Amino acid sequence: MKEEIIIAGFGGQGVLSMGKILAYSGLMQGKEVSWLPAYGPEQRGGTANVTVIISDEKISSPILNSYDTAIILNQQSLEKFESKVKPGGKLIYDPYGIVKAPTRTDIDIYCINAMDTALAMNAHKSFNMIILGGLLKICPIVDLEYVMLGLKKSLPERHHHLLPQNEAAIRKGMEIINKH
Amino acid sequence: MSEEVRLMKGNEALAEAAIRCGCDGYFGYPITPQSEVLETLMKLKPWETTGMVVLQAESEVASINMVYAGAGCGKKVMTSTSSPGFSLMQEGVSYIAGADIPALVVNVMRGGPGLGTIQPSQADYFQTVKGGGHGDYRQITLAPASVQEMADFVGLGFDLAFKYNILTVILADGLIGQMMEKVVLPPFVPRKTNEEIRKECPWASLGKTPDRKRNVITSLELEPEPMERRNIALQAKYAEIEKNEVRYEDIETSDAEYLFVAFGSAARICQKAVEVARAEGIKVGLLRPITLFPFPYEHIKEQLTHVKGILSVEYNAGQMVEDIRLAVEGRIPVEHFGRTGGIVPTPEEVIDALKQKIIKK
Repeated sequence: MKEEIIIAGFGGQGVLSMGKILAYSGLMQGKEVSWLPAYGPEQRGGTANVTVIISDEKISSPILNSYDTAIILNQQSLEKFESKVKPGGKLIYDPYGIVKAPTRTDIDIYCINAMDTALAMNAHKSFNMIILGGLLKICPIVDLEYVMLGLKKSLPERHHHLLPQNEAAIRKGMEIINKH
Repeated sequence: MSEEVRLMKGNEALAEAAIRCGCDGYFGYPITPQSEVLETLMKLKPWETTGMVVLQAESEVASINMVYAGAGCGKKVMTSTSSPGFSLMQEGVSYIAGADIPALVVNVMRGGPGLGTIQPSQADYFQTVKGGGHGDYRQITLAPASVQEMADFVGLGFDLAFKYNILTVILADGLIGQMMEKVVLPPFVPRKTNEEIRKECPWASLGKTPDRKRNVITSLELEPEPMERRNIALQAKYAEIEKNEVRYEDIETSDAEYLFVAFGSAARICQKAVEVARAEGIKVGLLRPITLFPFPYEHIKEQLTHVKGILSVEYNAGQMVEDIRLAVEGRIPVEHFGRTGGIVPTPEEVIDALKQKIIKK
């Protein structure tokens, strides 16, 4: 099993930390992982993206041109990465702020209203965990118990009281993701 | 799990490994994409545990001269920087070579020339392998291709530096510095005591004792004959290193008709290209030089029995390709493929280049 994932959106949406939690989860489950951020001008305002690979085998290239799954959180990223999903792959997007929806028919497209849900839950910082929940529902590459372990590992201890809130957000994301 | 597996950036792993391998001092100046080295050291506060000194110097020039001074005292000292900073250090690098002392410098390369870009590059190959400073000198150059190697090469780099009294350079690139992977950190080794340094480094400048002559650390020698003798001794040392310390990794080379040669993260991309191309029926392998000096000339030459063409894949305009051509002496085609400006090629681009430049010939 190998899953090649790109997560792309605005800086500040929790793109890199979501990728990190995903990578940690894979690590806790004994898998090979790589996490490669775009650390250049992107990190200095504007778009942010991270490539995460979770695999049973050793990972060769951490940098890719096509992905099994793309998680898209803004319009620019949709335009950049929709064409880079492998045929038969998956694209997950939050319609918040998307003006032109994805159009490909040779991939599975999923929609998740994470931003609206996060605001309704009065927990806007859980946005990325709702997205992560959506991913895990349609692509169960790691088990929830290992995700929680990964979360614990990547959050500083002073934030550990937020773990139940994050778990709730992940579960919520699993509920609200819909096929296009 | 007996050893703890961690998820870390290459830069962070390098910093952790420095503390664990008994490093006495780190002197550095922040520059993207390697600032996490200094940041991690500052966070870990090794001066409270092992006694390792961590100092942010006022510039790269100051950093390398602090390294020069510490190395002259027989201490395990290091610095890290990125390309423009490494250029600033070249005077000190040449002095360290001239003074015959061991030290470790890490260059996490970014695109140039000039201030260039903060994105990954491998354009400092010539600078590092052919000598970026003045004079006839060499430095052992290790090219890590994973976060694990970023950690492992700190200890190896110091071992080689002290074995030959030479500067070791870890030549990484922004991609290896910034990516996170699994890593098992090396075990803790205590720092050397002054007594151990006195015993193992009889040349070190540790203050004069009555039972021996004064040790002088200098690269200056105005008399031509002794200066030539110094040069001859240096060259003999480099020849010894070329004999003993060549390191490389072979991936599916034994039956290969074509070969990628690539170092650092470019080798990882080529490894994926090998997987994809083999699935298409192209018999291609990857030869990854781990030491860039000494370069695996002989091992590349050995591939001539079955390889029909070589593509050198580098994030630059064509540098290592010259050494590969030296190795094969014109007997098979050797071409270069690379991207510059901080762009990292994808495995697909690499395969296309192999087809266009090598296979169709």
